[in-house]
Amino acid sequence: MNYEAVIGLEVHVQIKTHSKVFTRVGAGFGYEPNTLTDPVVLALPGTLPVMNKAALDAIIKAGLLLGCDIAPICKWDRKQYFYPDSPKNYQISQYDQPICIGGLVEIELPGAARNVMGEHKKIPLTRIHLEEDVGKLNHHATDSLVDYNRAGTPLMEIVSEPAMHTAEEAFAYLTSIRNTMIYGGISDCDMEKGQLRCDANISIRPIGETKLGTKVELKNLNSISYVRDGIAHEIKRQLAVVAAGGKLIQETRDYDGVAGTSQSLRSKEMAHDYRYFPDPDLMPVHVDEAWKAELLRTCPELPFDKQRRLIADYQIPYTITSVLIPDRELSDFFEATAQLAGTGRAQAVGNWIANDLLRELGAAKLPLSASKISPTNLATLIQLIDAGTLLNAAAKEVFATMFATGDAPAAIVARLGLAAAPTDAGELESWCRDSIAANPKALAEFKSGKDSAINAFKGPIMKAAKGKANPKLVDETLRRLLAEA
Amino acid sequence: MSAPLHFQTIAELSARIAAGQISALELTQAMIARTKAVEPRVHAFNSFDEADALVQAAASDARRSAGQSAGALDGIPVGLKDVIAVAGQPLTASSKMLANFVSPYDATVTQKLKGAGAVLHGRLNCDEFAMGSSTENSAFGPTSNPWDLTRTPGGSSGGSAAALSAGAAVATLGSDTGGSIRQPAALCGLVGLKPTYGLISRYGLIAYASSLDQIGPFARTVEDAAIMLGAIAGHDLRDSTSFKTEIPDYRAELKTRRGPWKLGIPKEYFGAGLDPEVGAAVEKAIAFYSSQGCEIREVSLPHTQYCLDTYYIIATAEASSNLARYDGIRYGHRTSAAKDLLDVYQKSRAEGFGDEVKRRIILGTYVLSSGYYDAYYLRAQKVRTLIRQDFLNAYREVDALITPTSPIPAFKLGEKSADPLAMYLCDIYTIGVNLAGLPALSLPCGFTQNGLPIGLQLIGQPFREADLLATAHAYEQAHGWNTQFPLL
Repeated sequence: MNYEAVIGLEVHVQIKTHSKVFTRVGAGFGYEPNTLTDPVVLALPGTLPVMNKAALDAIIKAGLLLGCDIAPICKWDRKQYFYPDSPKNYQISQYDQPICIGGLVEIELPGAARNVMGEHKKIPLTRIHLEEDVGKLNHHATDSLVDYNRAGTPLMEIVSEPAMHTAEEAFAYLTSIRNTMIYGGISDCDMEKGQLRCDANISIRPIGETKLGTKVELKNLNSISYVRDGIAHEIKRQLAVVAAGGKLIQETRDYDGVAGTSQSLRSKEMAHDYRYFPDPDLMPVHVDEAWKAELLRTCPELPFDKQRRLIADYQIPYTITSVLIPDRELSDFFEATAQLAGTGRAQAVGNWIANDLLRELGAAKLPLSASKISPTNLATLIQLIDAGTLLNAAAKEVFATMFATGDAPAAIVARLGLAAAPTDAGELESWCRDSIAANPKALAEFKSGKDSAINAFKGPIMKAAKGKANPKLVDETLRRLLAEA
Repeated sequence: MSAPLHFQTIAELSARIAAGQISALELTQAMIARTKAVEPRVHAFNSFDEADALVQAAASDARRSAGQSAGALDGIPVGLKDVIAVAGQPLTASSKMLANFVSPYDATVTQKLKGAGAVLHGRLNCDEFAMGSSTENSAFGPTSNPWDLTRTPGGSSGGSAAALSAGAAVATLGSDTGGSIRQPAALCGLVGLKPTYGLISRYGLIAYASSLDQIGPFARTVEDAAIMLGAIAGHDLRDSTSFKTEIPDYRAELKTRRGPWKLGIPKEYFGAGLDPEVGAAVEKAIAFYSSQGCEIREVSLPHTQYCLDTYYIIATAEASSNLARYDGIRYGHRTSAAKDLLDVYQKSRAEGFGDEVKRRIILGTYVLSSGYYDAYYLRAQKVRTLIRQDFLNAYREVDALITPTSPIPAFKLGEKSADPLAMYLCDIYTIGVNLAGLPALSLPCGFTQNGLPIGLQLIGQPFREADLLATAHAYEQAHGWNTQFPLL
């Protein structure tokens, strides 16, 4: 019998806000343990939560970006369980009335080759809801320490329908969510910092069956590649169990990305009763059309829409867009530069960014925002090359100087004397005459109609010009003299 | 002839302070001396910071000599129920769980009282986590009723009532979830006000049942209650359930709001279980209002019979969740006998909580459990809406309701300890008000033949405390119940 896998993902995304979701203390990563706390975060007796509007704005924006319906009322529930990372021993969350309902995530599957766009699909969402993050336990030999810095950070849970069937789809889904959230300025989605976390619900069923099989929840998929590997591993494990005549049990499993193995954490019988009930400390928030419209105005173009537009408008290859698109700032930088550079130069702009700029940034370990090269300067550089003023080798040197100093290319060319054209047209003409005279064989070939023979004259000229001759001018001068010869 | 210093009102004492007849320091010293004299018999305090009180009093005097007095409460000693946070002071909720806990922050009401210049001078005993009607559920021992030391002052804010009644404070704050201010006020011969839900910030009040809890004052007179209310009322950004509403000058309004009022007598509040002496005193009060030209009308609150059940589902459900934070991990009692994490939770909580708290946590956990939620919690919320609607329907006909506060006067310590249901019935007339979120106050309306105070309850309309206080003030002005004091 042939089986298919059915996969649903629960993705947690930390929302980037200045303060925590229910109190004023700051939110962030990498601070000394328990410094981002206050009486509310620590759940001291008598403290109360108060909603942070910025967090609600962010999740509504996320919902709008993913095409969700936004509920007219945002209501809060308490999810109750005891664990030391949860200061109140309940988590403020949303149970029966999530703020975002439905929605679609567009994904792109791997193409036939690296330079070919893959198939696109839309994965339906069930819901997105807002909750508070918990603290972190650090286990030592004889004790465990709790750091509440993360506790109370706004966290949204994006729940997909069980609508994916391969590890590649799950990988593409997570990538798309990450790109979309980064575009919206909602989260940096750095998995190493726990800003993006993923649990997967995986089952298998005979192809043609519509009922879902026994579900296994896979936890600790804490990098995007672990998501792909862990799911692939789990599907293989389930198929093996069934093939061996075994029966799958509903359970939660922990995936060890380093070892590439998983082990059972708990079975369904040990499942929690979270005793959800509406949080009496928080009033429901009404979300009206004006509020939504205001947030809609701040929504950027979605990554895939932008990619399609760049390909259509700038005639650049898919490969370049797939480098530019995941980084909103980089693709904006491309557009600004391409517009300044002028018609027909977009691909050159793309190449300079994808190759040279990213290489320099990578070597210097700098983000784009720290780059000293402005779109104007990069556009000018490309125009200088196009005009024949700069040769490729010289252009690379100018670019390196631009990256280091931020100076305009024209100034660098003048300062370093890198301009292609020799000042004396007579000198060029005499180099050309010398070269023709020194190579009668090539002259004969050219005269007999072999146009490419002209190239044989150019080497000695360039050598004489120490590489600075304008190739266009060299070509023109040679042709004029050859016609006379 | 004025009463002894320790039995005087805020109004009297602030006038004397303003006139330079007494300093805040002298008043506070007198209050400390009185506290030391009566406390061994009454046990109203969980803790008392004498040095801190004297520093606050001296600061008040300094303000006054600089011409910067903050008003009527400046220099007045005020005690707080030990569920309200004061920075640097113990905050125990009368529980072993928090026996060593010191709050690092102020409740909003604490900040407001400090801003008004009050001298905060003690943490008052109560039932553990405000759960009870006799203050016998305190982990630190019961409080006695100053009118009869063998009897309870009521609860849960029994310490707040007893301290004021005994002259160990000029005013106090309590909290009222099902009658915890009004019932002890009635049993101790005081004015006790439970404001509309949302009028007073709950930030810094240890939560028992969040949708029912409300802080309110105990005072000797309606005027003092008005002064206290004015000092603590108002919207607070730190409490989402606090309400944005104009705060009137409650004290000034006492004189401008005059009857006659239309008063409703809910027939369900005068049935079986009402002590005849209490019933008679309340009837007399009704007759007084009638004699003043008030229209008295019988009204019906048909869902009254469901109040107790509804309350014990909603309050315990919320309590089971609110008290989950007391786990021995970050603060509070932690067992010394834990082998693993589950042990830390189970033993710390088993050792730290008293029986009544455990009973309510278990009940509340049960009603929220999967499979029971709809039958209990959800249904209770629907009944709660009906109960509120009962009151709002009555207010189409009348301005306020008159009822007894407690069906019985102060009972003997230990009398109901073994019978939780009998104890719960003490709140039969007060619980509906919390479920409906309404303001209500208790004021003295006489004494039993044994000399025990009797309380009258006036129930008002949402955010119309000024009318409620004026109605009570009219009665109080015509009677002298609050000029009698316990012999201690």
